[in-house]
Amino acid sequence: MRFTKEHEWVELEGDIATVGITDHAQHQLGDIVSLDLPKVGTKVKQFSEFAMIDSMKASSPIYSPVSGEVEEVNAELGTSPQLVNESAQEKGWMIKVKVSNPKEIEGLMSEEQYKKFCGEKK
Amino acid sequence: MKRTPFYSMHVALGARMVPFVGWEMPVQYKGLIEEHLATRTACGLFDVSHMGEVFVSGPGAWEQVQRLITNDLGKIGPGKAIYSPMCLPSGGIVDDLITYQFSKDKFLIVVNASNVEKDFNWMKKNFDGVEVENKSDEYAQLAVQGPKALAVMSGITEAKLDGLAPFTFVESKVAGVDAIVSRTGYTGEDGFEIYFNAEKAEPVWNAIMKAGVPHGLMPVGLGARDTLRLESGLMLYGSDMDENTTPLEVPLKWTVSFEKEFIGKKALLEKKTTKKLVGFELVERAVPRHGNEVYVDGKRVGVVTSGTFSPTLKKPIGMCFVPPDHPKEKRIGIRIHEKIVEANITTTRFYRRDAK
Repeated sequence: MRFTKEHEWVELEGDIATVGITDHAQHQLGDIVSLDLPKVGTKVKQFSEFAMIDSMKASSPIYSPVSGEVEEVNAELGTSPQLVNESAQEKGWMIKVKVSNPKEIEGLMSEEQYKKFCGEKK
Repeated sequence: MKRTPFYSMHVALGARMVPFVGWEMPVQYKGLIEEHLATRTACGLFDVSHMGEVFVSGPGAWEQVQRLITNDLGKIGPGKAIYSPMCLPSGGIVDDLITYQFSKDKFLIVVNASNVEKDFNWMKKNFDGVEVENKSDEYAQLAVQGPKALAVMSGITEAKLDGLAPFTFVESKVAGVDAIVSRTGYTGEDGFEIYFNAEKAEPVWNAIMKAGVPHGLMPVGLGARDTLRLESGLMLYGSDMDENTTPLEVPLKWTVSFEKEFIGKKALLEKKTTKKLVGFELVERAVPRHGNEVYVDGKRVGVVTSGTFSPTLKKPIGMCFVPPDHPKEKRIGIRIHEKIVEANITTTRFYRRDAK
């Protein structure tokens, strides 16, 4: 799993990347009550906004860690957005992307680097 | 940034502290939804010490306050409180207040935190021959709200709270500390607001927590305070009304008494309303927020003043301004994240505890 400075995670299997927000991010956002996710087939670009997440407190954009095309969307989040709070890095995944450039992932942080990054920002 | 006398208690409880109109306040402790639902089903404890307390005293105080506020002091008497806006000569709302009458010559006016200085100056300017004191820094204020509020408070005060009607108050002791206890609140639940010396903050807080936790009491932050008041149709000054809004443009007509004289009366009688505040419910899942634009037939006609995802009703609700002649049956569109989401007009009172 790799991480962005905007607190997204990505896990690559073959050429399919699963994307979500980190546990640290969900904790900061608080109770999540709505997600505006893209449709299957939407093109996403690395570090560009692909979704909006609404917690009780605020709306926040979510940026894609990779470029490619949305293959699958986590439909469960439509009715159960709290899954992102309960399981941000597993059941709360948001989209699966068919990546156009797998090398993009190499520039992202490892888990250790991300933990350090979150610690420094406190 | 100002801190209330409960600051260290919030920090010890792990609250997330945020700036709010010059104060460092707890926005949440365990979680907004959990705190909200605890208040609806059991009890919530709120630090509202940022609110302002202005005392008005001396001969003629009754007449002076009567002229200041739009509601009629004649409806109450000693030991009672009344909710009312006070207006500019233009009819615009300076603030909304709770006025407590101790006697014909002594009143406590509780004002919004954001308006303490403005209100105090406005009162000094408009009062004649009475003493006006801003005692906001001397007072701590806590609110205990929810169906278990009576049970929680009864154990720590000598006051007979059971017989205390809504919008009445007593001077008594809470946890041995002199306090004003009133049956008022900002959540739509039964409950109390307690005013006392700020130096006694810790023993009172601790006594309420100790008495409350067995009843399911939780400390509640500003986040849930906002969603609780919105569900109950209670407006927030600065969001739902301001100096460019009159009481007749929001659901506050019941607080304006044209039978008496008050500042702004002439304007309220003569001026046409230019907007009206209504409630709405989105037809799909999204979260409306303050500032979202309101559309009818592709035309921008108003703005969302408050919005949230209702934790009790589990749907997106809000309040917005529409033109005064907008028919209730006609759907509106709310612009959220660059999309127009349809909404039905509703009452502003989304939740009533009687309905349970």
